[in-house]
Amino acid sequence: MIQRQRVSVTVNGRAYEREVEPRLLLSDFLRHELDLTGTHVGCEHGVCGACTILLDGEPIRSCLMLAVQADGLELTTVEGLTEDPEKLHPLQQAFWEAHGLQCGFCTAGILMTILPFLKKNPTPSEDEIRLALSGNLCRCTGYQHIVDAVKLAADYLGEESS
Amino acid sequence: MKPAPVDYTAPDSLAEALALLAEHGFDGKLLAGGQSLVPLLNFRLAQPGVLIDLNRVRDLDYVRETAEGGVSIGAMTRQRTLETDPLLVERAPLMNQAAPLIAHPQIRNRGTVGGSLAHADPAAELPVVAVALEARFRLQSHAGERWVDARDFYVGLMTTELAAEEALVEVELPPLPPRTGCAFVELARRHGDYATSGVAAIVTLDEAGVCSAAKLVYLSAGDTPMTAAEAAQSLVGSELSSESIRAAAAYATTAEIEPTADIHASAEYKRHLAGVLTERALLAAKARALGGAG
Repeated sequence: MIQRQRVSVTVNGRAYEREVEPRLLLSDFLRHELDLTGTHVGCEHGVCGACTILLDGEPIRSCLMLAVQADGLELTTVEGLTEDPEKLHPLQQAFWEAHGLQCGFCTAGILMTILPFLKKNPTPSEDEIRLALSGNLCRCTGYQHIVDAVKLAADYLGEESS
Repeated sequence: MKPAPVDYTAPDSLAEALALLAEHGFDGKLLAGGQSLVPLLNFRLAQPGVLIDLNRVRDLDYVRETAEGGVSIGAMTRQRTLETDPLLVERAPLMNQAAPLIAHPQIRNRGTVGGSLAHADPAAELPVVAVALEARFRLQSHAGERWVDARDFYVGLMTTELAAEEALVEVELPPLPPRTGCAFVELARRHGDYATSGVAAIVTLDEAGVCSAAKLVYLSAGDTPMTAAEAAQSLVGSELSSESIRAAAAYATTAEIEPTADIHASAEYKRHLAGVLTERALLAAKARALGGAG
């Protein structure tokens, strides 16, 4: 019998502690142990990007990490974008206004990919946006409105910081 | 799509990790960045008894200058570091030309140099880069260490020289001679996908502009990184004219590589594509050798 192991992790600024099986994926830990179901699970082998979250501010695939590996680390999920559920983050606002989603399954992963991307590159070209999105699959939109939404988000975030 | 039950331990020193590896033998598996191993666990293609996580071993994450003027890279260095590290830009530019082609930033933030090299996927960029740059790998076990040349390390499809109790802990790249240019060129259906074909080209010119050394190594062209030694040798003594480059590309892709068909492309198409990429890579490497910047 394999022993459960203790995980202490900070997610969106809040500390959590659980005992889990070592084989539990971080994506499943977030959804089933912490009830943070905003992080979606698609392919579970690192291809689709739906489960993208931030580890120390950098995007990673949460399906390619075990929950026990996150012990002592700081994570940000899509729930961490905004504290007030009535008020959208400028990135979310842009995706809403530009129709950057249809079914929405891929959206959380895309937001968590684009947030650090726009921090590093606040005024990206369309080619750079498309490259940044290449690790996130969307099967509804054909990407055009997602690209538009990222451009709009860059404008909003630019206005915010100026 | 969930891993089978597995035990997990995260030692914070290499010595401890190697002792655990010796204790568990084939039942133990080192976990580096996890970007290849965790999918294999999820698919249950790999079912080790215990995972020995190297992520808490801090002193395997470095890029340093060697006494000879080359570069040594710790096995747990993240692939993302390869894109921008100034020492690599200066001393081993092939490394940061190839790094952005490895999957996506989300993968490169976790994926490690040692992990990719030891995984030995013939479609991966880093093994090809290591063979092209004549890298040496330091393999360490609880009992000692040995150095193996990258070209001898890859023995078959995802099969390497590594023994069950050994870890690949360091990569050493020799310095490149003056007037050397490198290029890494690949074609993937979508950025970040496994490339259908790809090649690393390195050329060195003498003071008169005549090629004095050349190297061509391919990905997705056989069971291991495939070196086209004779094609590269045919370039030595030439001025890398379009004709000599075309002839070398034709020879490499008909006689020296062994691509196989997959759902995306026939073997014949891959040979053709490899030829086109070889010409582009050699021209780019030549231009960089002439320009002085690798």
